[in-house]
Amino acid sequence: MKRMTPFSLAGLIIGYAFLYIPILTVVVFSFNESKLVTSWSRFSTKWYVSLWDNEGLLDAVWASLKIATTTATVAVILGTLAAVMMVRFTAFRGRILFSGLVSAPLIMPDIITGLAMLMLFVTTEQLIGWPAHRGLMTITLAHITLATAYVYLVVKARLQDFDLSIEEAAQDLGAKPAKVFMVITLPMIAPSLVSGWLLAFALSLDDLVIASFLSGPGATTLPMLIFSSIRLGLNPEINALATLIVALVSFVVLIAGVIVYRRQRRYS
Amino acid sequence: MKIPLLLKNEELLKFSPRFWRKSFSLNFSLRDRRFVIAVPFLWLVVFFLLPFLLVFKISLSTPILAVPPYDPIVQWLEGILRINLNVGNYLRMIEDPFYASGFVTSFMIALTATFWCLLLGYFIAYAISKAPRPWQPILLLMVILPFLTSFLVRVYAWIGILSNDGFLNKLLLFLGIIDQPRQFLYNDVAVTIGIVYCYLPFMILPIYAVLDKIDPSYIEAAHDLGARPWKTFWRITIPLSMPGILSGCALVFIPAMGEFVIPEILGAPDNLMIGRIIWIEFFNNRDWPIASTVAVVMLLLFVVPIMVSQRRPGSPNGRVDEGRGTP
Repeated sequence: MKRMTPFSLAGLIIGYAFLYIPILTVVVFSFNESKLVTSWSRFSTKWYVSLWDNEGLLDAVWASLKIATTTATVAVILGTLAAVMMVRFTAFRGRILFSGLVSAPLIMPDIITGLAMLMLFVTTEQLIGWPAHRGLMTITLAHITLATAYVYLVVKARLQDFDLSIEEAAQDLGAKPAKVFMVITLPMIAPSLVSGWLLAFALSLDDLVIASFLSGPGATTLPMLIFSSIRLGLNPEINALATLIVALVSFVVLIAGVIVYRRQRRYS
Repeated sequence: MKIPLLLKNEELLKFSPRFWRKSFSLNFSLRDRRFVIAVPFLWLVVFFLLPFLLVFKISLSTPILAVPPYDPIVQWLEGILRINLNVGNYLRMIEDPFYASGFVTSFMIALTATFWCLLLGYFIAYAISKAPRPWQPILLLMVILPFLTSFLVRVYAWIGILSNDGFLNKLLLFLGIIDQPRQFLYNDVAVTIGIVYCYLPFMILPIYAVLDKIDPSYIEAAHDLGARPWKTFWRITIPLSMPGILSGCALVFIPAMGEFVIPEILGAPDNLMIGRIIWIEFFNNRDWPIASTVAVVMLLLFVVPIMVSQRRPGSPNGRVDEGRGTP
């Protein structure tokens, strides 16, 4: 094994310290008894208990989970179709327009995307009376558009280093294209679909700006709730909530990482 | 296609029915193909392209007190076609220093943040690419992990660090560097730190993707020809990683320009970055046309030029998407 130079080692230590120390301060002080978030008094889990009694919070979590699940599922389907289309069909009308459209949401500032999507729904409401009111559904539609771009990237990367001879072999043995896709291609790109789904889920769960534009009365998502609270400053309940989010995300990423890693080892 | 026997005679190959069946069916049958193309294409046209055209349309209308709060541009009034185009919103962009200063503030903050992101991100990406091979996927996963946790939580963490009784002040007081708490929060530096922290993964990932692909023999050749390590790095590694640097900078700069949450939470109340101007015009002043105008100007001045310049000649896929958030 090659030894690392002090320069690279310093890079790793500084880099990961910068990435993780701020999050760690939030996590550690969620177990602080005092209401003053930055002064440690003694260990306590009371902020977690008070989270549980927060009725509005549970509603917001539920709303966000509903949006994120639908978003991730639809985005995986659309993103995979888009990736197949860009990787396998090298010539069709509007390909350049499409490649721009599918990656634009990645770089577009959220505030512009949110404004634009709202203008769409306001206009369609005037013209055809749909959507009658804004809420979970309009947020979900906007999130799907954003998340599709991310799923597309992940799946496209996998499709690009895909060995076509395996598909050819299946076709030589008489499988129809649709069957080849379902039996050969899909299982082989499955790890990227899993990471795409998780990425889409995480993005949707995290979005504040687009959701704020597209929500209506009675539709409050978790980030909207957190935002209205941290606008007022530090709050130990938010530390506890943040710790739960960090723990959940780390757990899911760990599991997914292990699964994907094992599968890749089996195939390569 | 790997048919070694037939490859020698390509003319023959083209007449083979097997070739036709294969090439045709590998590209899916015609009906499947249309379906695969139509669904995502239509979705993006309706939910992404169309909304931007509508923003442009609304930027040309006049704000009124109604639902929705803008005047229709084209209207039939008692049989007369009335066209009411208002370019005043665009004139206000130039005349009113409020908007111009917003663009300048956003530009400067985004530029500074992109610079620090690049410096730090390159350092980290380089270190990861030099780490032992089996560690690299784990190190990358650790870069992505904070990005997957809540954005708001990451911004929130900096209130605790930078506030007057925050951890930074406590540390500096403890070390005796300062003798009374300093104000670190609610200024442009705090906003810049927040942006660097939140967007750092977008810089690290594309740069790592490029560094990982650099053929080590180039570096060896430079060493063999007598270049010092620092010179090798400057003359070989940096130029070869330019595509990653450019896409990383685009991925940080554009969203940073339109950032709303970070200046709202960490910035001074009078810090008016473009994102906040759009938010205030839209939600507080209910002036939808001017909010749309600001968005259009920002799109045309910054987002579109950078996206177009990212497009590699000869390749239909933009550089922008390289390596962003692929766990």
